[in-house]
Amino acid sequence: MAALSREDTEALIAEVLEVYPEKAKKDRAKHLMINDKTLESSKKCITSNRKSLPGVMTMRGCAYAGSKGVVWGPIKDMISISHGPIGCGQYARAGRRNYYVGTTGVDAFCEMNFTSDFQEKDIVFGGDKKLAKLIEEIEMLFPLNKGISVQSECPIGLIGDDIEAVSKKAAAAIGKPVVPVRCEGFRGVSQSLGHHIANDSVRDWILSNRDGQAFETTPYDVAILGDYNIGGDAWASRILLEEMGLRVVAQWSGDGTLAEMENTPKVKLNLLHCYRSMNYIARHMEEKYGIPWLEYNFFGPTKIKESLRKIASFFDDKIKEGAEAVIEKYTPMMEAVIAKYKPRLEGKKVMLYVGGLRPRHVVGAYEDLGMEVIGTGYEFAHNDDYDRTIKEMGDATLIYDDVTGYEFEEFVKAMKPDLIGSGIKEKYVFHKMGVPFRQLHSWDYSGPYHGVDGFAIFARDMDMTLNNPCWSKLTPPWRKQVPLAEQKAA
Amino acid sequence: MAKLRQCAIYGKGGIGKSTTTQNLVAALAEAGKKVMIVGCDPKADSTRLILHSKAQSTVMHLAAEAGSVEDLELEDVMAIGFGGVKCVESGGPEPGVGCAGRGVITAINFLEEEGAYDEDLDFVFYDVLGDVVCGGFAMPIRENKAQEIYIVVSGEMMAMYAANNIAKGIVKYANSGGVRLAGLICNSRKVDREDELIEALAARLGTQMIHFVPRDNVVQHAEIRRMTVIEYDPTAKQADEYRALAQKVIDNTKLVIPTPLEMDELEELLMEFGIMEQEDESIIGKTAAELAAEAAA
Repeated sequence: MAALSREDTEALIAEVLEVYPEKAKKDRAKHLMINDKTLESSKKCITSNRKSLPGVMTMRGCAYAGSKGVVWGPIKDMISISHGPIGCGQYARAGRRNYYVGTTGVDAFCEMNFTSDFQEKDIVFGGDKKLAKLIEEIEMLFPLNKGISVQSECPIGLIGDDIEAVSKKAAAAIGKPVVPVRCEGFRGVSQSLGHHIANDSVRDWILSNRDGQAFETTPYDVAILGDYNIGGDAWASRILLEEMGLRVVAQWSGDGTLAEMENTPKVKLNLLHCYRSMNYIARHMEEKYGIPWLEYNFFGPTKIKESLRKIASFFDDKIKEGAEAVIEKYTPMMEAVIAKYKPRLEGKKVMLYVGGLRPRHVVGAYEDLGMEVIGTGYEFAHNDDYDRTIKEMGDATLIYDDVTGYEFEEFVKAMKPDLIGSGIKEKYVFHKMGVPFRQLHSWDYSGPYHGVDGFAIFARDMDMTLNNPCWSKLTPPWRKQVPLAEQKAA
Repeated sequence: MAKLRQCAIYGKGGIGKSTTTQNLVAALAEAGKKVMIVGCDPKADSTRLILHSKAQSTVMHLAAEAGSVEDLELEDVMAIGFGGVKCVESGGPEPGVGCAGRGVITAINFLEEEGAYDEDLDFVFYDVLGDVVCGGFAMPIRENKAQEIYIVVSGEMMAMYAANNIAKGIVKYANSGGVRLAGLICNSRKVDREDELIEALAARLGTQMIHFVPRDNVVQHAEIRRMTVIEYDPTAKQADEYRALAQKVIDNTKLVIPTPLEMDELEELLMEFGIMEQEDESIIGKTAAELAAEAAA
């Protein structure tokens, strides 16, 4: 059951949009929908992947964030150069908690910031020579790096630095891949284009590097795509896959290596967690190497079981039996988690606003705990994401695309969720409103939330936040009873 | 003391902006005026005739050597040439790399911050790259910079197209700041009725042809020696032409917001003077083979 009826939700949307100027109202209306589970396509009810309106507060990032921050950054034995002025690299450094095993600065580099630190003279005279020198110095100081990517910041696209030429020359000189990535921040409407550009550069400069080379395969080789190992998510997923008898050849890109990525064209099946950021490379491998791909979801027992069986269906009986054995082994553990937390969380309502996959992927995990997601939305989704979301969400729930700061606040005030799951930019607004909040980008520095291990932590964290006694002690200013006389005086 | 007058010289590439500017500036200096030239072209050839040098060290190149522009002093970048004329070149990258426009912005900001525009100056001349391809090359005509713009033009079709386009740019900045068109300088290419044509164009633009500079080989003779005519041969007839131009600039009070022509109007004007033929619509889009076939039929 939704928090509000379809008619009430329609009225709410109309009321919230009322404050906008006519043109903005018309535009924003297209980005809001009331879910109808019977729909096959979202095309007629929601518009997505469009430029945000000037004047609104949007939570979106840029193409550089999508490429460097999301896709390339977590590859642990490669060095990503932030090519341009200092800020982009420095403020995006180690921000996403992509865990990895390795010695930072020796054979792993994710947490470090490598930048060409542009000055005026580099803008005027071009940064090509500096980039070439920088690569030379990296090779000398960090000889165990396995390759380098050049992540373009905005000015690179304006001054036309020939990073392709520098990369080709440097790659020949150091005998390692050097990948130029044209992910200038001004390109596209959000970080989404950055994911696409990053996928394309992996395709063009990395993926076929080991074609034709010997590689000892098994019939059970798979790759994990679109898991960035935030708080250890990919590790919690990998355990399940390996226990059911599969061999995980590569992790893209959390705790991943260049060699793993280069060997991925030899796997039997690509397992895609974040569809939005890596469907491009999955589709490419399907087309070029004939590797099928499968979307899966390891949030919460229901989805885990469903996904394990779906994955197993691509393989022989050994794997199918393996999947059942895994499910059998872990079901009591997951049931224990539910038994402990469901009584404390049952009936609670949640509103979400996140990035690539979580606005729909975590719905099942909340439902397993007896909670209900009454509103959800994405920062940078496309319509194929909403097609998938329609099926996960309840009827008449609210779905919002690139929601503005104002709209989100108003929806929360009207729909009164017990918990909000979103990002750092939203967190303190809702804390001040006295609404329990969990960060669903960074897991609030907790995690993992994927897999069986992750579910236990997820349930604990939601309980810890929701049932924290602090909320009953908070009275936001607008809830304070002010005597009428005083109100008039003010 | 009279107020500092800041002038920018624009015009089609190769029209003779740098040569005209330097000869004009030399004539102004000869008349006792204190002048500074700021070259706004990565080629850095705006001051060679005043300094007798191949190319002056530029603000941007010196900044790159020193580390950053903040590490420079004014005397590092400024050279004094003929007649006490102060010379600065903004400089910039070789063709095809970096951002020359940003070089102009950085250099002019530097000159302002370092107090290059001192009170003794009567004139500053900005010699700007032929095509105003981006915001950087419009820097000299933004607010509190050049107020007067002179366009160097000749009777050739493309030079006049360029002049009209520059006038369009001036309109944009005239509305937001104080920049005005001060006149057309005709640098003769010995086209028939060139003076009449440019006067007609000037009238249409709402401005004046401030001077008609005839063609004279002495300009080339002086250039070979990296000198202005004023310095090389002060008695030459051409030197008097530049002196006349200088006096007209000193006396010039006709500063206008131009009225650029529509393309049709400009073409009409060119046809009127026989520079352009009436277009034959029947041949548009026909290949040589097709035309041959038609001729044979």
